[in-house]
Amino acid sequence: MAQEQVEEYLEAIYDIAGTEGSAKTTAIAKCLKVAPASVTEALQSLAEKNLVNYEPYRGASLTGEGKKIAETIKRRHRLLEVFLADVLHINRAKVHDEACRMEHSISEDTENALCRMLNAPERCPHGSPIAPCGKGVGSCSECEVITGAALPDPKELRTGTIVPITDLTAQQNGTIAFIRGDCKVVQRLSDLGLTLGTTVSVTRRAPMNGPVEVFVRRTKLAIDHAIAEKIFVDVRKGGEA
Amino acid sequence: MTGCGGCRECTPKKQSGTTIKNVDYTIALAGNANVGKSVTFNQLTGVDQIIGNWPGKTVERAEGLLQYKGKRIRVIDLPGIYSFSTYSMEELVSRDFIALERPDAVVNVIDASALERNLFFTIQLFELAPPLLISVNQIDLAEKKGITIDTEKLAELLGVAVIPTVAIKGKGISTLTDAILDLAQRRPTPPVLRYGKEIEERIEKLVPVLSQLTLPYPVRFVAIKLIERDPAMVTIVKEQAPDIVSTADRLAAEIEAIHGETVCVVMSAERYNVADRIAAEVIKVRPPKDGMHKKSLTDRLDQVALHPFFGYLAVLLVIGGLLVWTFVVGARISDLIQSFLSQIEPYEPIITGPVAGILWNGAFSGLVAGVTLVIPYVLPFYLLLAVMEDSGYLTRIAVMLDRGMHKLGLHGKAVIPLILGYGCNVPACFSCRIMESPKQKLLAAFLVTLIPCTARTVVVLGLVGKFVSIWWALALYAFDIVLIIIVGRIAFKVVPGESVGLIMEMPDYHVPSASVVVKQTWARTKSLIWFVFPAYIVGSALIQVFYAVGLLTPVNNLLAPVTVFWLGLPVIVGITLIFGIVRKELTILTLAVLFGSTNFAAFLTPVQLIVIALVSMLYIPCISVILVLASEFGWKRSLAISFTEVVLAIGIGGIAFRLLGLFIG
Repeated sequence: MAQEQVEEYLEAIYDIAGTEGSAKTTAIAKCLKVAPASVTEALQSLAEKNLVNYEPYRGASLTGEGKKIAETIKRRHRLLEVFLADVLHINRAKVHDEACRMEHSISEDTENALCRMLNAPERCPHGSPIAPCGKGVGSCSECEVITGAALPDPKELRTGTIVPITDLTAQQNGTIAFIRGDCKVVQRLSDLGLTLGTTVSVTRRAPMNGPVEVFVRRTKLAIDHAIAEKIFVDVRKGGEA
Repeated sequence: MTGCGGCRECTPKKQSGTTIKNVDYTIALAGNANVGKSVTFNQLTGVDQIIGNWPGKTVERAEGLLQYKGKRIRVIDLPGIYSFSTYSMEELVSRDFIALERPDAVVNVIDASALERNLFFTIQLFELAPPLLISVNQIDLAEKKGITIDTEKLAELLGVAVIPTVAIKGKGISTLTDAILDLAQRRPTPPVLRYGKEIEERIEKLVPVLSQLTLPYPVRFVAIKLIERDPAMVTIVKEQAPDIVSTADRLAAEIEAIHGETVCVVMSAERYNVADRIAAEVIKVRPPKDGMHKKSLTDRLDQVALHPFFGYLAVLLVIGGLLVWTFVVGARISDLIQSFLSQIEPYEPIITGPVAGILWNGAFSGLVAGVTLVIPYVLPFYLLLAVMEDSGYLTRIAVMLDRGMHKLGLHGKAVIPLILGYGCNVPACFSCRIMESPKQKLLAAFLVTLIPCTARTVVVLGLVGKFVSIWWALALYAFDIVLIIIVGRIAFKVVPGESVGLIMEMPDYHVPSASVVVKQTWARTKSLIWFVFPAYIVGSALIQVFYAVGLLTPVNNLLAPVTVFWLGLPVIVGITLIFGIVRKELTILTLAVLFGSTNFAAFLTPVQLIVIALVSMLYIPCISVILVLASEFGWKRSLAISFTEVVLAIGIGGIAFRLLGLFIG
């Protein structure tokens, strides 16, 4: 079995069953668009390599090793998607397929560099979470130290004054630099006045990571904390409130 | 969330289609939520209003008649929306009404205090190009904030009439009426508002080719929507000219490449650019008289209402107070009405005599039950709730409880259906429409059916509160809340679909408007009259017959394994649980008839009383709710919810019987 094929299988099982559950042969076949018979064969071979636990008729689940590979591939896939969509401006509808082909060929170094350049994005353009790298670093600059790489700065966005709106202090203003997240949510936010370059401030925070009250264009909006975290603002341009 | 725009609780579909006939003109009111659109509507139309649904849609449609200078003008209050781009039902209904039914005038009501955001919507109305005029409302409140708007300048920039109003005080309404009549008679097309160069260039590429097609919408609007990849517009154009759609798609991709954002987001930003430019020219801001640093009333109230400790205390006190007040006062009024009605006609179940007599007695007792529940309990409860809602406080409760609701896969707005549920589950289930995703609608409705409504409260208080102790009754309520959290948590994991987070406007507090409050209360109570009353009357009559033909003993025996063995109740209780499906408080009435006494303590042990109350509180909502769930979510889901709750109620009832036996004798 080619490495690429191994990775595709592990990814499929990961998608279907997550890290704990097990995936049925038929579901895997459907997901990869191959015959169930070849899935059975492939699963046996993966079981030999100790990447999956496979029992005929009961489905396959990932072993610790298999899980690690699947998660790495998923992470690379989603990082690539962000790169293709945000930096290269490839049509969002196409980034998935493109990333699917690229994910198997990039090295760990490239993965790390992508992650730093994109400022450790939390989600892919389709809104799925991007797992942290597991190096145990708190920020991109720590990563830089550990891996000995220089921090690239390809866009003016990544100048360090960009923070999530939830990090604004009571006295700070910011202008919206970019918003991540589900397409519909971004649309609703921009319809309510949170467009790029708009000056915003946080007027109040509900306790325990409750909604954040954002002041924008003379109105106040209560925004879910998780959504607000994806609204990134440029503090330098905002100045004092 | 205030006013009719924000509310979507409404009547069942059968009501739709009713409309005011023989009119000279039809006009529509359009605008954001919370701008005083409903108040303007009330000012224009007075009391002659019809509130129904859009034909075939579950979106409220308010219609009124304005008679002016010998003309009959039908006024339609469109739902309060912020844009035409998220494709919610409200947006589609509004846009199709304006574009396809071609009203003689569209009045865009805008809030003077939030001009930019309101103009954002105005600009989209311009794309639809109906005869348009603008009413800048709440200019008094804006003045207080130091915002003055040059309405003449605004009219000049937009090329349409602009009328300043203070709808709540009736100011500017007569000028507005004159302007409406004038506009409806002339029906002018408003000027085109242009966007940035790279957008306009691409619109212009599409307009000539689109002009050759026969389109129900204005050509410029179709061009813009094609670039935005609007699904409805793509379908329409694809039928006639698929190549135009692919051209538009390419143009959209070009725009996306320039800005690195989806085309819809680019267009929103583009519209806001226009809005900001116009606003900057017409707005004058001066510091408020009493100095910059004085906090507004809203800010000061929010310091308490959104305080990490006092905020929760306030929520507890307000909701608790609302419930206690309703039930303490409600019980008195209910008794009064009951004793009054019992003088006209006995409503204790009759089971012998002619069939007609039995049917009539059943139907009448159903009516009495409806009246004694709705008037004393539900109506005052909803009235107070509408006051809270219109004042702006309900949005604060939503913010405070948002975090908790997340655990159930919901968000803060779900507090509205859940609180409504304490009145009656029927309007509460309808109000679940305010949730954005289908999953959240279903989850909210499911949890609503576990909330003890007034009828169930009557059972709990009548059995446990009266004969065991009020503390046990309250304990049942507390248990119910815990159960809702547990069940909600499980349902959140089990039900497929996505959960959307809260994005909600926080309006300033204001003194509630009587007309809006009354309208909101009526919109909610009305569903009780259409759904609950018929179910009560027909159901009660049928049960009476059921009773009379001697099915009592066989049914009781059939249920005995559950009632006697598992729940530890007397065999006779079986039938009351069946009756409770029609009306929950029928459980208590039937018990009284069966025992021939209302002193339940003489026949039932405290444990049995608690178990009956507990089971009645949890099993199946009631026929009316099953019907509403079926109409909103389909029969499969409605029956699945009912079945789950029967299993849950019986399961918990049996466990309670065994556990409680250890504590109380």
